[in-house]
Amino acid sequence: MSQARNLIDETGKRIDGRGFDELRNVKITVGPVKNADGSAFIEFGKNKILAAVYGPREVHPKHMALPDRCVLRCRYHMSPFSTDTRKNPAPSRREVEISKVMREALEPALMLQDYPRAAIDVYVEVLQSDGGSRCAGITAASVALADAGISMHDLVASCAAGKVDNKIVLDINDEEDKEGQADMPVAYMPRLEQVTLLQLDGRLAPEQFNECLDKAIGGCKMVYEIQKQALMQKYFGNETELKEETQ
Amino acid sequence: MHEIKRRYVIPGDKIVEGNFRPLMNVIKSGNALIATRIGIAETGRDGVKVIPLSGVYLPRVNDLVIGKIADHSSLSWEVDINSCFSAHLPAQDVFGRDFSPARDDMTKHFAIGDMITARIVAFDRTRDPMLTVQDRDLGKIPRGELLRISATRVPRLIGKRGSMIQTIEQATQTRVLIGQNGIVVVTGRSPEGVNLAVMAIRMVEDEAHTANLTQRIKGLLNVPDTPPPQERSPLSAGAPKPAEIESTIDEVEEELEVEGEK
Repeated sequence: MSQARNLIDETGKRIDGRGFDELRNVKITVGPVKNADGSAFIEFGKNKILAAVYGPREVHPKHMALPDRCVLRCRYHMSPFSTDTRKNPAPSRREVEISKVMREALEPALMLQDYPRAAIDVYVEVLQSDGGSRCAGITAASVALADAGISMHDLVASCAAGKVDNKIVLDINDEEDKEGQADMPVAYMPRLEQVTLLQLDGRLAPEQFNECLDKAIGGCKMVYEIQKQALMQKYFGNETELKEETQ
Repeated sequence: MHEIKRRYVIPGDKIVEGNFRPLMNVIKSGNALIATRIGIAETGRDGVKVIPLSGVYLPRVNDLVIGKIADHSSLSWEVDINSCFSAHLPAQDVFGRDFSPARDDMTKHFAIGDMITARIVAFDRTRDPMLTVQDRDLGKIPRGELLRISATRVPRLIGKRGSMIQTIEQATQTRVLIGQNGIVVVTGRSPEGVNLAVMAIRMVEDEAHTANLTQRIKGLLNVPDTPPPQERSPLSAGAPKPAEIESTIDEVEEELEVEGEK
C-alpha cells in the first residue's frame, strides 16, 4: 500500500494528535432508548453508535427457538447518513459479516441457557462512523445487554490496534484504517481474560502480532473501566457505597 | 438485618471471596463469587445473592401474577402475563374435573380482555407456565387503574413486611394489588386518591435503588413520620412463603374482603 503522507509525525504524534497508546475519547450513556429493555449510546472518537436490546422475548418465527437456550440475534446497521457519501441502507456484505462476528463476540459472555425458548435481539445502529465501529458497537451492545438485566459472566469490551508507519498503535481511526498497514479489532472479557473476537486486516510479523494483540487487550481494559463507570452512573448515581435504610 | 453486607454491583464484579453459597444471580468462579446482573449484592449467612435492578419478568412457580386473557381454545385460556412466555389456564381448573367443552361456556367465566389474578402452578424450561385461580383470593379483577412497572421493582414497592405499600394505601385510601410480574392494579373510591397512589408507585419505580425511599414517599403523600407500620396478620393457610409473595397475598385478600362487603 503506497502511503500518500505520513501518519505519524516526527514528534511521535498520530494524525489526530494522539500518542501510540492513547484511546480516542470514549463516552457511554446508558438507557437512551426507553422502549427497549436495555440500551446504550457510545461516542468513540467520532463514532456515534446506538445499541438497543430487546428481550428475553418470544421467538418469531417459532421454529427458530432452541429448547435448551436462548437465541441471540444481532443486527449491525449503518445509517445512510453515517458516512460522507450516502450509504445504501440495505444490509451490505460487510454489515452481515459484522452482525455475525458481533453475535459471536457477545455470546460467550451471556448465560443463554438461563432463558430457554426465548430470544434476545441486539440492534446496533451506527449514526456516524469513524473507523473501529464494530469495536464500539460491541462495547455499546454489551453495556445495553447489562442494562437489559440479562445474566452475564462479564462485560465484553472491545478495542482495535494496528500498524501505522511500521509502528504498532492503539485504536485505529478511519484514516489510519484506510492508509495504514494493519487493523486488528479485538473483543475481550477482562475478568475471564478471554478473547471473543479477533480479526486482522493487513500483514504483521509474528512478534508484531503479539505486540498488537497485547496493545489491543490493554485498550479493551481501558474501555472496560469506562463501561463499568457508565453503568454505575446510570444505576447508582455518584454513590458507590450503599447506605443502609433507616427503618 | 444484622450480618448482611450490601453493595452495588454490575455483571462481572467480584462480590466477595471465600466459602459462600451462590444464590440468586451469582456464580462461583474459583474462590470468588461473581455478580451476573446489575443490582444490589447481599452477603448473608446463608449465601450471596444479587437483587437485580433491571430485567424482564421470568415466571417462577408459586408466583402470584396479574394477567390478561388473550385468547381461549376449547380446553384452556391463554393468558398474557407480561413475560416472554404466555401462560395457560386450563378450563378444568375453573369448571372442575367434569368440564366438557360442549356443555360449558368458557366465556361465562373469563372473556378475552379480562384481567385476572392467578398463581403459577407449574413452569419449567420445557413448557409454558400453567396457572390456577383455585384459591380464595384469586380470579377476575372487576375494576381498577392498571399500571405496568418493572418486575424488578416489585419487592421494593411492597417494602419490608409490606411497609411501603401499606404507607401508600393508607395515605391515599386505595387498595393496591401487585402481581410479581410487575402489573399493578389500584382501586379506590376517589380518583384523586388513585392518582396520588399511581404517582407514588411511579416514584418508587424510578427511585427503587435509593435509600430512605419510604421516608420520601411519606413526604410526597404528606404522611406524619411517627407511627411505625403495623405488623400484618400472617397468612393463615399454606407453607411459609417469601416475604414479598406473602404481602401480595395479603393485598389480594384484603381486596376481596372489600369486594365482599359491597
